[in-house]
Order: sequence, then C-alpha cells, then structure tokens
Amino acid sequence: MKPLEIIGDGAIQRLAYMGGLTAQFWSGVRALPRIMPFLGRRGRWRTTVKQMYAIGVEALPMVAIVSACGGFILAIQSASELKRFGAIQLVIDIVVIAFTRELGPLLTAIVVSGRSGSSFSAEIGTMVVTEEIDALRTMAIDPVELVLAPKYLAALVAVPCLTIMSSAFATLAGAGFMFLNRSMTLPIFLRYAAEAIVLRDIFMGLVKSLVFATIIVHVGCMEGFRVKGGPEAVGRSATSAVVKSTFLVIFADLFITAMFYILDRS
Amino acid sequence: MATPIISVRGLTVSYGEHRVLNNVDLDIQRGEVLALLGGSGSGKSTILRHIIGLERPQSGTVLVRGVDINRCSAQELKAIRRGMGVAFQGSALFSSMSVEENVELPLRELTTLADPVIEIMTYIKLAAVGLGEAGKLFPQELSGGMKKRAAVARATALDPEILVFDEPSAGLDPIVAAELDELILFFKRAFHMTVVIVTHEMASAFRIADRLAMLHNGSLITVEEKESFVASTDPRIRQFLDRVPNRIAESESVQHHLRELAGITGEQQ
Repeated sequence: MKPLEIIGDGAIQRLAYMGGLTAQFWSGVRALPRIMPFLGRRGRWRTTVKQMYAIGVEALPMVAIVSACGGFILAIQSASELKRFGAIQLVIDIVVIAFTRELGPLLTAIVVSGRSGSSFSAEIGTMVVTEEIDALRTMAIDPVELVLAPKYLAALVAVPCLTIMSSAFATLAGAGFMFLNRSMTLPIFLRYAAEAIVLRDIFMGLVKSLVFATIIVHVGCMEGFRVKGGPEAVGRSATSAVVKSTFLVIFADLFITAMFYILDRS
Repeated sequence: MATPIISVRGLTVSYGEHRVLNNVDLDIQRGEVLALLGGSGSGKSTILRHIIGLERPQSGTVLVRGVDINRCSAQELKAIRRGMGVAFQGSALFSSMSVEENVELPLRELTTLADPVIEIMTYIKLAAVGLGEAGKLFPQELSGGMKKRAAVARATALDPEILVFDEPSAGLDPIVAAELDELILFFKRAFHMTVVIVTHEMASAFRIADRLAMLHNGSLITVEEKESFVASTDPRIRQFLDRVPNRIAESESVQHHLRELAGITGEQQ
C-alpha cells in the first residue's frame, strides 16, 4: 500500500470507531431513564446497584491507597523544592489543588479503567462469543438497555464518588506529611486547604470524572460488542479497552483543562 | 396453498469474494416442521441468521408473516421477534442468571404481567421441558441436554408462533438427542408451532421434519417431503444420505507437492 493509502485508511478507521462510539453513547443516554428507579421498568435498578458496588465500593481500597501514596509523593517532591524559598506551606495548596482539579479524577479513572473497563469488555465479549447478545436481540431486548445502561448509570454515580474519596485521601496524606515535617495539626491544615481551593476547582474535578466515567464505560462496552471470533478475541478486547480508554481519558482531560483555562481568562 | 409464514426470496450473501448464499428461495408453511440440511459451510446458519432477523439481507427479501424484515420499522421488527423463539446451538443461556431467571427474562422485559403470574408461567415452561425442579440451578451446573432444554423453555416463554432451532442435537448423545426430538414434536403438536431446524443429523431430521431442505455450497438444491427426499437421485443428496466422504486429499496434488518439497523436478518417477 502507498503511504497515503495507509494514512487515509487509518484515519477512516478511527473516524468510524469514533462514530460508532458516539452512536452507542446516544443510545446509552436514551436508555438511561428506562433503568432508573421509579421511572424505568420495575426491578431494573437492582442491576445498577450491583454494578455500583462492583465499580465503586470494591475499587475504594485501591483508589484510597493509590491516592494517598500519590498525595504523599507530590508533597515530598514539591516540599524539597519549596523549602529553598521558605514557602513550604504552599505544599498544601499544591496537593489540594492538584488533586481536586486533576489528579483525583485522573487516578480514579485509571484505576476504574483497569478494574472495570477491562471486565466490561470481557463480560460483553464473552456474551457475544456464546451468542448471548444474539439471543437478547432475538428476544427483542435491546442489549444496550439491558447490559450497557446499568453499567453506565452505575459509573456516573460511582466514579464521581470515588473521585471525591481520592481527593480526600490525598489531602489526608498531605496533612500527614505536614504533620511529620512541620508538626502542623489537622485542623490547621484543613483551614489552609479550604482557603486554597474554590468551588470551581471541585466543579472542574466532578465534570472531569463524569466525562471519564462515560469514556470508560462506552469504550469498554464497545470493545466487547465488537468481539469477533473466540476466547482469544475476548482477551484482546480487554487489553484494548484499557489502552483505548486510558488514552481517551488523558486526551479528554487535556481538552477539558484547556477549556476551563480559556473560560477562566475570558 | 396458504400464504407461507416465512418467505425467503432471492437471498444472496457474500463476504468479500466468497459467496455464502446464492439466490435462495424458501417458503415455510404455518404449522410445519422444516429441517434445513447441509454440510459444514453450506450456508445454513447464514440463512437462519437472516430468518431470525440478526442479519439484514444484502440482496433479496425475507418476509416473516408478510412483513419485510429489511424494511419494517423498529416496532414491527420487535413484534416479529416477539413471535419467534430461538434456541441457539450453544444454548446461549445467560450465565449470570439462574435457569428460572433466564426463562423469566423475556416475560419480565416484554410483558406487564405481575410477578406471581410470571413465576407460574416460568414453572409451566420449565416443567414442559422436564426442568421443573432445576429452576434454581445455574447454567454452569446443567448437563448439555438440560441446557438445550432450558434454552427451549426460554425460547417458548412468550408462546411464539415460530420456533427456530440451531443444531438441536449437536454435542448430545443419541438418547438425549432423541429426547429433544420428542420435545420438538410435542411443541409442534401441542401448540401448533411452526418449527425451523438447522441440522446435519439425518436421523433426527427424518424423525421430526415434515419437509427437508438441502443446501449445498450456498444454493438450495431441493425442498421436498420426507418420502421424496429419501428417494432422491440427486448425487449431492445421495452423498449426504449415504454418508459418502469427499476425497479430502487429491493424491496427485499431494505427490506433486511432496516432490517439490524434496527438490525433485522433472518427470523422475
């Protein structure tokens, strides 16, 4: 193939992928009301609650440890620089702002993508291989509504919660550092921390976490639905679910951060 | 003759260069059992996937109860699918649900029946296939034959007019396969269902089918009553009936290839 053909072919494939993802996103959003408690069919929300447990509660220990470590690392690294200027209390601002705006949503997204994104694609991929998805379609049941929508709704609730926990644990780790280093007590640390952030930072973090949740669920499910062949394809789909969703999460992160930056200045 | 319940006209399917189905015409009458026969790769599963509306025809039409499944609205397609029960080859039970929940699923999703009614109907369907006591088990805990029977129970949950079977006897021992044949006949007699079966098991096809259709390399070569099918003189049908193997390896080409590998050229013998 000529180089131009290769580039064109790659571009078309990626565009088609994004198109498929967008189509799936819309049908996912449209299916959401049908699975909500009170609005949707009876009993549907039970699956959602199970998914919330799997996506959120079970991921909490890992998110907590990763975020606490991350917060502590950030504090140590910035402290060694800031000490030279005698501005060590800025460590508080750095840890708190970085985690509420940026690292909390990002670390959470990476953990959720690794734990749940891969399991979504493996689960749905196996259902494709064993003809379960075909069976649903022949029963006139929409697979998006029955399989994807509960995961999406669960992630939309669980991921922001995890993000808040992530920021909280990082903040606590920062407090631990300041206590060990400067004997600063927790109430004083928290007062500084509260002064450092504004509501806008929290808002930005939550917007990000919602977008990341959307990406992880839809990429994970899409990879599952696209499985063709046998068990080997299921394994590959799990890998590419994590790779693609991590990539798209970071890309979306850049986009959202830039957008907030531009809005800030105008 | 009455209007057929399923009518396939000029169905042609190709994947790339490879033509899987070649201008297939097939009518299935209300209340009959039709067995779709053919070797591996003859395109019988592809026809089945078109009849149940999983694939859209590339050319040709598929009419189910007079509705073109390629051109109907989503609502009509849903109605067609409700009137059709499909039992897949691998039974396709949802592994995260118990047998009972599997059968309940279409009732819960597509009807507004109250829970006690759903429970009763589920038990009736399971009892009809002899699984009345196995409702609480999970698909992994069932034997091959039980899985297939559970799949039949799920396929008949909404009392469909048409029951479609993909390889009912594949992977089953003769006794269990015979049980399944009886079950299919029971559904036909008791509920007057139209049954379409894809199979390569001659014994089972002759036991249950009213008419047999034979596919060969993507073309439908015959659709006949049982008796005339057995008496057929078509070599492709005879080969299938008499279990004559194809010559897998042409000795000429094997010798030629071996000679090439050994580096022997020319006509040394």
